[in-house]
Amino acid sequence: MKKILPLILIAALALSPFLGINTYLLHVLIIAIMWTVIGMAWNLLGGYCGQVSFGHAAFFGVGAYTSGILYSKLGLSAWWGLPLSVIVVTLFALVIGFICLRLRGPYFALGTLAMGVILRVTAENLTGLTAGNLGIMIRERTWVDKTWYLYIILVLAILTYLLIKKLIASKLGYYFVAIREDQDAAESLGIDTTYYKTIALCLSAVLTGLAGAFYTNYMGYIDPKVVFALHDISIVTIMVVMVGGVATSWGPAIGAAIMIIMAEAIRSIPKLGAAHHTFFGVLLIVIIIFLPNGIVGDIPKLKRWFGIGKNP
Amino acid sequence: MISVQLEVLLQTLISGIFLGGLYALLGLGMTLIMGVMKIINLAHGELMMVGMYIAYVLFSYFHIDPYLSIFIAAPALFLLGVLLQKFLINPVLKVESILPENQVILTVGIGMVLANLATIIFTSDYRSTPVSYATNACYLSDLWKKSPIELCVSIPWSVSFFFAVAITAGLWFFLTKTDMGKSIRATAQDNDAALLMGVNVGKMRIFTFGLGSALVGAAGCLFLPIYYLYPDLGGQFTLIAFVITILGGLGSTVGAIVGGLILGVFESLTATYIGMGWAPVGRFVIFVAALIFIPGGIVAFFKSQRLS
Repeated sequence: MKKILPLILIAALALSPFLGINTYLLHVLIIAIMWTVIGMAWNLLGGYCGQVSFGHAAFFGVGAYTSGILYSKLGLSAWWGLPLSVIVVTLFALVIGFICLRLRGPYFALGTLAMGVILRVTAENLTGLTAGNLGIMIRERTWVDKTWYLYIILVLAILTYLLIKKLIASKLGYYFVAIREDQDAAESLGIDTTYYKTIALCLSAVLTGLAGAFYTNYMGYIDPKVVFALHDISIVTIMVVMVGGVATSWGPAIGAAIMIIMAEAIRSIPKLGAAHHTFFGVLLIVIIIFLPNGIVGDIPKLKRWFGIGKNP
Repeated sequence: MISVQLEVLLQTLISGIFLGGLYALLGLGMTLIMGVMKIINLAHGELMMVGMYIAYVLFSYFHIDPYLSIFIAAPALFLLGVLLQKFLINPVLKVESILPENQVILTVGIGMVLANLATIIFTSDYRSTPVSYATNACYLSDLWKKSPIELCVSIPWSVSFFFAVAITAGLWFFLTKTDMGKSIRATAQDNDAALLMGVNVGKMRIFTFGLGSALVGAAGCLFLPIYYLYPDLGGQFTLIAFVITILGGLGSTVGAIVGGLILGVFESLTATYIGMGWAPVGRFVIFVAALIFIPGGIVAFFKSQRLS
């Protein structure tokens, strides 16, 4: 059963445009899958390698702006941003890694947070390149229908999932976990921690950047406040993983589904809609206190609470 | 021509120092919490925002001057900090989890709730307290008729600066001369040793979080007459406080004061000579430079210079 379940899910998602669901639901689905990709990318760095980043908006934004600038300055199709963002985001990740990876634990978290803000302010002020707060608008949409967008992001998500699964089972994955568990011990065993942390950061950044480039193509409009947002991107990324399950392969997908459905549901409540972060904050506090490893990570705990499964 | 440039430079330095004094107060609260509890409080700016809204409400409904509301906002924030520490942060410190950064993420959650509750209650409009002396200023030529250059000092800025210095001095007295202050510093230095010496470490932690919150609440009251207020303002001040702590050295009170002043002056210089919009970038350039070149902060840097 466990083996077929992912296939059934993917098949259901792939067929969903033909099941007559409306455009709004399709949009929610696309955004949720996009967040799954970002969550899985963050999970590689934060969950497996133990480097909690508060600045994934930096990579998301760089990916998004690579696409946007290609379109607005060079007149190329914004889709070229997907392959090109790999290179650009890697360069940014190397620089950010050089500065931030010398920090540990919470200080790394805050260093990356600052990086995200630096990039946002830079994008706001470099009006020649990024058009500043005006943002970049993609005037020609590739498809009006959302079906193809769904397939593209779905393929991206499946590839990300397989890549991370393969990676974690390989030697590299064991190095990552060793670094998370005890950096000094890993170092003393001969693991070049900085080197492997940089690999984890670059991979995670590239995947996030791809999601960003997809976002530009899908939404057709970006501005610094949206793609470099601290709360709406960086923190939500962390929440997706924290709610779903840290260092689990399915956690980000479940977290993304919960977060996006919750955000959409709360947004429609009048008056409270503008403040949907209140509920995010409360959810985050509750999850951290009661399920510190997320829903998937703490399944045994949940089973115990609800009295399901074997009672000893 | 040179005198004009000199005027601009001096004026920039003065406003930088004034800003730096307030920043120092902001950084002090964070550095205390970081030193004693070894956690980073990412809800720091949001606590300041709460302090500012308390002062704002007191001003608009009871016509209490923002400077006087320090005496109401600081105790209120102290209480809030104690409650947060006791019921949210302490339980999390005990929970076993994969990621040890849980407490940091928890404070982010607290900050989000505070900022959004403020949005729900006060809406996200920009607010300010129109105090009568808001635009008063003191000119150098009034004091010294023949002065070759003209400088001016805004009254609310100087009053705020004065209060910040007074609070900092009071804090210094508290930390160095009283038993309670000494216990706090002992806990910051070595948790276990302090415990063995009979310091109630658990109580000190709760008290320190309250004290840090009270300081930032007071800083909020001082910022209110010269700044405007909106619910999302917390985030940027959290970052400022964090930059100051990194710059000054983690957990060092002297470092926080020096770091605050440096940051204030540097930010004013960037705003004057490069452009208003770039001031936040200047802040982070300092931050990155501090991380790369003086990882232990200014205090550690001076110590190492003296030793070698």
